[in-house]
Amino acid sequence: MAGLYWLPEPQEWRSRLAGFVAAGEPAWDSAVALANLRLDFVRTNALDSAVRSRFGASPPAGLTTKPVRLALLGSGTLAHLHAGIRVAGLRRNIHIETYENDYGQYWQEIADTGSALHEFNPTTVLLALDAHHLAAGVTAAMAGEDVARAAAEVVERVAGCWHGLRAAFGCHIVHQLPLPVHPPLLGQNEQRLPGSRAAFVARVGAELRARAEAEGVDLLALDQRVALDGLDAWHDAGMWHRAKQEVSLAATPLYGDLVARLIAARQGRSFKALVLDLDNTLWGGVVGDDGLEGLVLGQGSALGEAFVAFQDYARELSRRGVILAVCSKNDEANAVEPFEKHPDMVLRRGDIASFVANWSDKAANIRAIAQDLNIGLDALVFIDDNPFERALVRRELPMVAVPEVSDDPTGYPRALADAGYFEALAITEDDRARSSQYQANREREALRATTTDLPSYLRSLDMRLIWRRFDQIGLQRTVQLINKTNQFNLTTRRYTEDDVLAIMRDPRAFGLQLRLLDRFGDNGIIAILIGRMLNDTDLLIDTWLMSCRVLGRQVEPTSLNLIAAQAKALGATRLIGDYVATKKNAMVRDHYAKLGFAPLDADAFGTTRAVLDLTDFVPADTFIDVKEG
Amino acid sequence: MSETAFYPVLTEIFRDVFMRDIDLKPELTAHDVPGWDSFKQIEIIVALEERYGIKFRTRELDALNNVGDLARALAQKTTA
Repeated sequence: MAGLYWLPEPQEWRSRLAGFVAAGEPAWDSAVALANLRLDFVRTNALDSAVRSRFGASPPAGLTTKPVRLALLGSGTLAHLHAGIRVAGLRRNIHIETYENDYGQYWQEIADTGSALHEFNPTTVLLALDAHHLAAGVTAAMAGEDVARAAAEVVERVAGCWHGLRAAFGCHIVHQLPLPVHPPLLGQNEQRLPGSRAAFVARVGAELRARAEAEGVDLLALDQRVALDGLDAWHDAGMWHRAKQEVSLAATPLYGDLVARLIAARQGRSFKALVLDLDNTLWGGVVGDDGLEGLVLGQGSALGEAFVAFQDYARELSRRGVILAVCSKNDEANAVEPFEKHPDMVLRRGDIASFVANWSDKAANIRAIAQDLNIGLDALVFIDDNPFERALVRRELPMVAVPEVSDDPTGYPRALADAGYFEALAITEDDRARSSQYQANREREALRATTTDLPSYLRSLDMRLIWRRFDQIGLQRTVQLINKTNQFNLTTRRYTEDDVLAIMRDPRAFGLQLRLLDRFGDNGIIAILIGRMLNDTDLLIDTWLMSCRVLGRQVEPTSLNLIAAQAKALGATRLIGDYVATKKNAMVRDHYAKLGFAPLDADAFGTTRAVLDLTDFVPADTFIDVKEG
Repeated sequence: MSETAFYPVLTEIFRDVFMRDIDLKPELTAHDVPGWDSFKQIEIIVALEERYGIKFRTRELDALNNVGDLARALAQKTTA
């Protein structure tokens, strides 16, 4: 099975596609909705052609995500892979334009600065070298040391491609590991025959995996997929002989989705939180009717163990940074009871960052959860055994991912993993600490509820803000925040890792990362500030974004103090602040006015420019202790 | 099933692959249909394989010259 089985089956597909093709205005959102259905390769290709005939090769105006130019480089046939990749980008609201090298010419095109590849100037390169190509020349007759030399040569050649690509384009590199298409010669202990092509491909794969780690190259791990889905789901020897398609046509929608996950993760756009239904999703039975003792959970029945296994998977996800929430139709007291009293519960109340149990509809409650966690609805995955609730949430909140699951919890961990919602490229300390941060946030709210006067509350928080210039250690989190923050974001400019590195090198610009600590714990990096000199006197605040978790804590005036100090050090006498209106950032429309900036300019689209004179600027006095560190 | 019974399904699959209606007759070949290249040929074959849970052998694919051959091959493989 190598299909997109977690997406809902399309109803009335042909008429919906025809409707999209016929509609007068280009409607990117309806294309995104179509891409979020369970499409096989025929439907994927059809949607791709329809989208391309409506939008051409360029991204639609006003797209809030960073468009990607992806070059597919490889040795075999790649033409059948484009549609799946582009549609999987569309599924994530990302526009991907694709390119492929002339058949087999990947190395020449990388080396030749006049090639079409260089003209295309990719932002991401997917290097897909097939197993036959990698094992070319290797035979069972070869001596061990010759095979070792051949393997080293292949790895060096691949690393040489990575270096060439990085030097030429400074781009994100994804390397596709080869499919194990060679049948074994010895059998199960194939590694004892060094010149076996099957052993050789496995060896090169292992060496490339280590090398990619050292070089910061992301892997498209088809070897892992083959272990999960079986080789027949991914490769058809007949189609290799006929058309040099190493990846079979039927697997191309999933192939594309795997690629788009990596691209989305690089942009910081993976999902962040898992929202769990309770009755018959986390345990068997209905707690309100069956009572604590009546629940099917734990040892003694296969079903009870399956629920435990699913809870365990959810808890493991939370330990690596995925936030857990509960959305249940229940009386709250009933819903909480198993978390506190049932001996076989793996998840405990403290594992759940937002707990909503009431009789309102689930769409409204999921909105409340997003608000409570201060993250976008498009960062939520909602899992529920009940098809009615799934359909309701999909209809009301199309940006929430709702996996299509059966009533058997046995399949839930695999479905979440196969869907790749939480694809992550690295684990930051912030990820590990996040769950406890949300927990601490609620304790702060509880304290606020008992403290009536705001200044004494803020003082009691004992806040410390630690700022630092952009650096390599914080790079991933910086890029993640730049690409993911929608609400408190004045300009919503999306930058890649390379863009951030360029800011770090620019002597007439600064980039700051702000961390906030308080008596409840470390909030992690909560704000990003980028400034650049426009001319000799004016410093433009290019980017000012903040996590909504720290709203109302005086971080804004404290940030302005920092910006002013940095700007003065660069010789500026005025600060220029832009507000670029988007669908999601209305909350900061008056941000600069509140901080004492004077209006300078405005356009018809809601974008405004404001100015602050630095010569008579007096830093605001706040309850936050500020340090560089 | 007789080979004529496969024409409705073939028509449906050709419509999905080419995104337009194509009037399928036994003597119709790839040369008669603009856009029916080797890539689309593989799409049609794999779509049929998935639909019927069958696998065409290399010799069977090589022997396909027109729509009639395809319908005949389907009739043979699905009754075998």
